Amino acid sequence: MKTLKIFIILFIIINFSQSKSNEKNDDLKNKILKNIRCLICQGQSVYDSESDFAFSIKLIVDRKISEGLKEELIYEFLRGKYGDWIIYDPKLNKKTYILWLLPLLLFLLGGAIMRKKLKFTN
Amino acid sequence: MKNKINLFIIIFFLGFCFVIFYKGLNNSSIYTPKNINKKNIPIFEAKDLNSSAYLNSKKIFQEDSFYIVNIWASWCAPCRAEHPLLMELSKNQSVKVIGLNYRDNLNNAKKFINELGNPYFQSIIDSDGTLSVEFGAYGVPETFIIDKNKMIIKKITGPINEKIVEEIKLIIK
Repeated sequence: MKTLKIFIILFIIINFSQSKSNEKNDDLKNKILKNIRCLICQGQSVYDSESDFAFSIKLIVDRKISEGLKEELIYEFLRGKYGDWIIYDPKLNKKTYILWLLPLLLFLLGGAIMRKKLKFTN
Repeated sequence: MKNKINLFIIIFFLGFCFVIFYKGLNNSSIYTPKNINKKNIPIFEAKDLNSSAYLNSKKIFQEDSFYIVNIWASWCAPCRAEHPLLMELSKNQSVKVIGLNYRDNLNNAKKFINELGNPYFQSIIDSDGTLSVEFGAYGVPETFIIDKNKMIIKKITGPINEKIVEEIKLIIK
């Protein structure tokens, strides 16, 4: 009877941890798919699309996650096949640095102007 | 003096925005896929369309020759249109045409080949489209030229035409 109880507890623990890890993988998969552009659709992510292309990408991402690949490596794989365009969130490189730095520069410029104005009114 | 600096900053900012938007106007709004040139062929294993035996990429691309990988499907109308050109290319001794059947009904695929002729040195199946992703394809039809070093040197998105066939012939010469 005692052994049976131990078995049941072990079974529940294993099942619970497995479902937790599946849930985690699903969350990661959805996060990645929402950040991948469907290249043959207009304004849709792979997550939203039902196209053949999106279907294949979903399978590939699922497979890569099961193989234990990290999120960044999956993006790297897709970038290697289709270029930077496939990822919604662009990486900071020589082609995208203006995109990343311009808002920061404008923010600093605005801050500087405001500071000067405030000093002037005081 | 201060007013002049402010005016200069505003004019500079507006000028900068104008240049960015003006340049943007000249950009095409149609996304053209980037040609991923000089890439190694993917390592894969796939089923043969006729025998259902598994073949690996090493075996498929084992000969010292140029290869053309053509992604096709029986349900794809442009594939039907480009088929006679593939038949023409398959007669060329210095190139081997590999057919990658994309998400298709196998019976329909076989019917398509029987009806229009078989230009393929080897026909493999990509039932879920993942092998096409490994090649960097978007859909069907798509054609990849592979050189003797087993590198993808050209990618053609959409059906091939007479002009592209001439280009291919020049490459494999």
